[in-house]
Amino acid sequence: METIVQVGEGLIGLLVLAGAAIAVLSVFGMIRFQDVYLRAHAATKSATLSVLFVLAAAFLYFALYLDHISVKLLLGIVFVFLTSPVAGHLNGRAAYRSGVPLWKGSVRDDRKRANEKKTVG
Amino acid sequence: MLEPLLLISLALLAIAVLGCLYRLLKGPSVPDRIAALDTIGVIMVSIIAILCMLLRTSAYFDIILVIGILTFIGTTAFSKYIERGVVLEDGDNRSSR
Repeated sequence: METIVQVGEGLIGLLVLAGAAIAVLSVFGMIRFQDVYLRAHAATKSATLSVLFVLAAAFLYFALYLDHISVKLLLGIVFVFLTSPVAGHLNGRAAYRSGVPLWKGSVRDDRKRANEKKTVG
Repeated sequence: MLEPLLLISLALLAIAVLGCLYRLLKGPSVPDRIAALDTIGVIMVSIIAILCMLLRTSAYFDIILVIGILTFIGTTAFSKYIERGVVLEDGDNRSSR
C-alpha cells in the first residue's frame, strides 16, 4: 500500500507539472506566432492537453487520497476534450470569413483556391 | 512533498494567464482576443483543479464544469457574431450572401 501511494504521488506531481509547463509553452506560442491561424494552432491543441493532464491528476489525487471517484471530474475531462477543438475551429472559420489576412510568409491558401474553383466551374 | 509542486504549478499557470492577457490587450484582430479569452478560461479550469487538490475538497468541481461550459458558449457566440453579425441566424439569410 505504501509503494502504491508513493508511485501515485509521483505520478500526480508529474502530471500536474507537465500540465502547467505545457500551458506556459502554449501561451508562449500564442505570444510569439505571427498570425491568427498560427496562434490558433498553438492555443487550441496544447492548452487542451494541459487541462487534460491537470484534470487527470486531480482525478487520481481524489481517487488515491480521499477514496472519492469523482464522476464530475470525468465529465469535465470529456467536456473539455470535446468542446475545445470545436471552439478553436469556429474561431478560425470566423477569422477567415471576416477577412483577417494571412501572415505574409504563409505559403498557400487552400480555402481560397477551393473558392475560386467553385466560382469558375 | 506534493504541496510545493502544486504551488509551483499554480505560479506557472498564473504566468500563462498573464501572457494570455497580453495577447488579449494587444491582439491585432478580434479573433485573436477571442482565442486569448478561450485560453484564459481553459487555464482557469486547471487552476481550480489544482486549488481543489491543495484544499483537499471536492466542493469546487461544479465550478470546473460551469467555467468549461461558459467558456465554450462564450467563444461560440463571439465567433458567430463576428462571422455574420448575428448570434442566432434563422436560415434565410444564408442565400443572400
